[in-house]
Amino acid sequence: MREVYVNVNRCLGCKSCEIACATAHSASRSLLGAVFEPVPPRKRIYVQAVEQRSVPVSCRHCEEAGCVKVCPTGAMQKNAVTGLVSHDRGRCIGCGFCEMSCPFGVINRYPGSKIVVKCDLCPDLSTPACVMACPTSALLFITAQEAQQKRRQLAAEQLVAGDASTVIS
Amino acid sequence: MAERTVDRASLEMLKKAARENIGTVWDRFESQQPQCGFGQLGVCCRNCNMGPCRIDPFGDGPEEGVCGATADTIAARNLVRMIAAGAAAHSDHGRDVVTTLLATARGTAQGYQIKDEAKLQALAEEFGIATEGRSKEEVAADLAREAMEEFGMSKGALQFLKRAPAKRQALWERLGIAPRGIDREVVEAMHRTNMGVDNDYVNLVLHGVRTSLSDGWGGSMFATEFSDVLFGTPMPVQGTCNLGVLKPDQVNVIVHGHEPTLSEMIVLAARDEELLKAARDAGAGGINVCGMCCTSNELLMRHGVPIAGNFLQQELAVITGAVEAIVVDVQCIMPALANVARCYHTRLISTSPKAKFPGAEHVPFDEHAALDTAKQIIRMAIENYPRRKQELVQIPDQQISFIGGLSVEAILQALGGSLNPLLDAVKAGQIKGIAAIVGCNNPKTTQDQGHLTLARELIRNDVLVVETGCAAIACAKGGLLLPEAAAEAGQGLRAVCELLKVPPVFHMGSCVDISRILVVASAIANALGVDISDLPVAGAAPEWMSEKAVAIGAYVVGSGIFTVLGTVPPILGGKGLVDLLTNGAEGVLGAVFAVEPDPQKAAALILRHIAAKRLALGLEA
Repeated sequence: MREVYVNVNRCLGCKSCEIACATAHSASRSLLGAVFEPVPPRKRIYVQAVEQRSVPVSCRHCEEAGCVKVCPTGAMQKNAVTGLVSHDRGRCIGCGFCEMSCPFGVINRYPGSKIVVKCDLCPDLSTPACVMACPTSALLFITAQEAQQKRRQLAAEQLVAGDASTVIS
Repeated sequence: MAERTVDRASLEMLKKAARENIGTVWDRFESQQPQCGFGQLGVCCRNCNMGPCRIDPFGDGPEEGVCGATADTIAARNLVRMIAAGAAAHSDHGRDVVTTLLATARGTAQGYQIKDEAKLQALAEEFGIATEGRSKEEVAADLAREAMEEFGMSKGALQFLKRAPAKRQALWERLGIAPRGIDREVVEAMHRTNMGVDNDYVNLVLHGVRTSLSDGWGGSMFATEFSDVLFGTPMPVQGTCNLGVLKPDQVNVIVHGHEPTLSEMIVLAARDEELLKAARDAGAGGINVCGMCCTSNELLMRHGVPIAGNFLQQELAVITGAVEAIVVDVQCIMPALANVARCYHTRLISTSPKAKFPGAEHVPFDEHAALDTAKQIIRMAIENYPRRKQELVQIPDQQISFIGGLSVEAILQALGGSLNPLLDAVKAGQIKGIAAIVGCNNPKTTQDQGHLTLARELIRNDVLVVETGCAAIACAKGGLLLPEAAAEAGQGLRAVCELLKVPPVFHMGSCVDISRILVVASAIANALGVDISDLPVAGAAPEWMSEKAVAIGAYVVGSGIFTVLGTVPPILGGKGLVDLLTNGAEGVLGAVFAVEPDPQKAAALILRHIAAKRLALGLEA
């Protein structure tokens, strides 16, 4: 399963991901249409400030998803095949257990509504809107294996650049 | 993404660009996608260093900036700054023409002369300058000094405002938006939008309108009128248009930008016998000066100089491989030209101290040595001719003739000396109304399609169309500026066009020449004893991109003319502001903006508006 991979070093804090996320979940699916919709669309990714840096945070679609475990109605489900943690509005009673159980704080209710919203990885798009909107590629949509391969490659390059001549004898 | 263009010459050059691996404005536009949502909505503020601040457009984040500014305040401040920048550009162009007239009157400008004495006399009278027994130079010097006074003056209100109908002047006075000086309003706009000054979006917009009026009824009007004095008032002239005007066997020089002061001299220099001989010696059959953007409109209107294309074709002209020099002054010149020119032998020559381009050669131009400088530039182009890489030359076939030069004076002449035949046709319903289509190209929309579709739809419904700028070039390329295009018009308009032997779409000049449209609208309103806002007229900018277009839109609405924008202005994040501009302004200015990207629907809006105005005047819809 591909996931939203965050490269913290590249995030400039522009919040393009937030605005693209909300737009992708609007009725009109267009920014200029969405701003006039009576029920404003909600974002499901949040750019958090950490000192001088910024970090986009969204649902990790956990393997051991607490939100799924605590949901009393089965509204919160994990798809065994795709790995997606999804939320069924029709079955949600608005108890708020999922919000409490989420370690990342990325399950939130519509203001004035019992309904929670969370990342659905944009099922109608080949790549989630947040990833497509990111101007610096701080967000990538790749598998965990690809992400680790990237890290290994970077580490290897650093080792080569750092001190290729060191020989442990 | 929208198709790039409906222009076949543009398409051919885009294919060539792709083959040669050269990126153009459309590729760069694609690389910029998706564009910043906060920017598109106008809710990003960078006016102080507590920021930058952004307002969450969906109410799911900050609803005010660090200083407390709301989305409406921020969007309005940004809009006013756009207006100020646009007004500054037009007005600084106007100032340059005034300065050149003064230097010409004093005999210190090289190559210029006062060509239209009748207009000089009329303007002198308008400004209360004595003419009796005085030379044209003396009169021109006094007139130019009076004009300079209008830029930073203390006398109260701009002289040209008096050209507007009395009702409109009274409305401006009542609202406190009659401009008090061209430079002053721009300065005040920057002051008000500075941190912690004007935060009321209604008050901001009112000043935005005042600033824009200082452009339309000030800077732009000076640019038009004084250019007419110096270079002649345009009269109907046949031109040719599109990239096919470039010649395979001549030294091709493209003048691109806006001010006629430089380009007029280039045209003069290109006729110099010595330089023509030099061109022949270099193996060329002659010197072919062509225009691009508004420079081309200025030269076309007065000399019938061929137009190579409009805004989105500037790089494509270079990509023909047949351009020896592209000579630029100010405004609408893409810095990318330097990179594209590097792929060929083309020399990019900048001339204005206000506008330098990395990678260009700079030949400073000023009116005191204008002709010498122009000759030097032509010589640089001639020297470059032998370096042309023949294997890279591909000039599209497309070129089409058209009629330009329809100044107010030319229109009056075509009508037999008075506006009455036009008024009668409007009253009788042969002509339902008049629509001005103006503005740019924009890669956000298919090149020329908005202009052409809207113009076709309007003339088909008996609306006479007047145009300037890149819109006029688009319709010239589409064949709508030919008398034969009357066949595409409705019965009533067609009959009028055939009788007067004029096209159904009038080319009235460059973007500053929208001031000519204001003069016509005022004359019609005065003849009917009503305000401009009572007339069955409308404005449209289907493909606008420049801040200058924002200033134009504001002064057109501020003058009482309903205006439809085809690309969306960056203000939608301010709900109150949007409501003011598209709704509330009707009760204040007698006109509003509409935003409609679909040109068919834009035409429907304009037709509905014209029908309503006709009914209100007691005319059949």
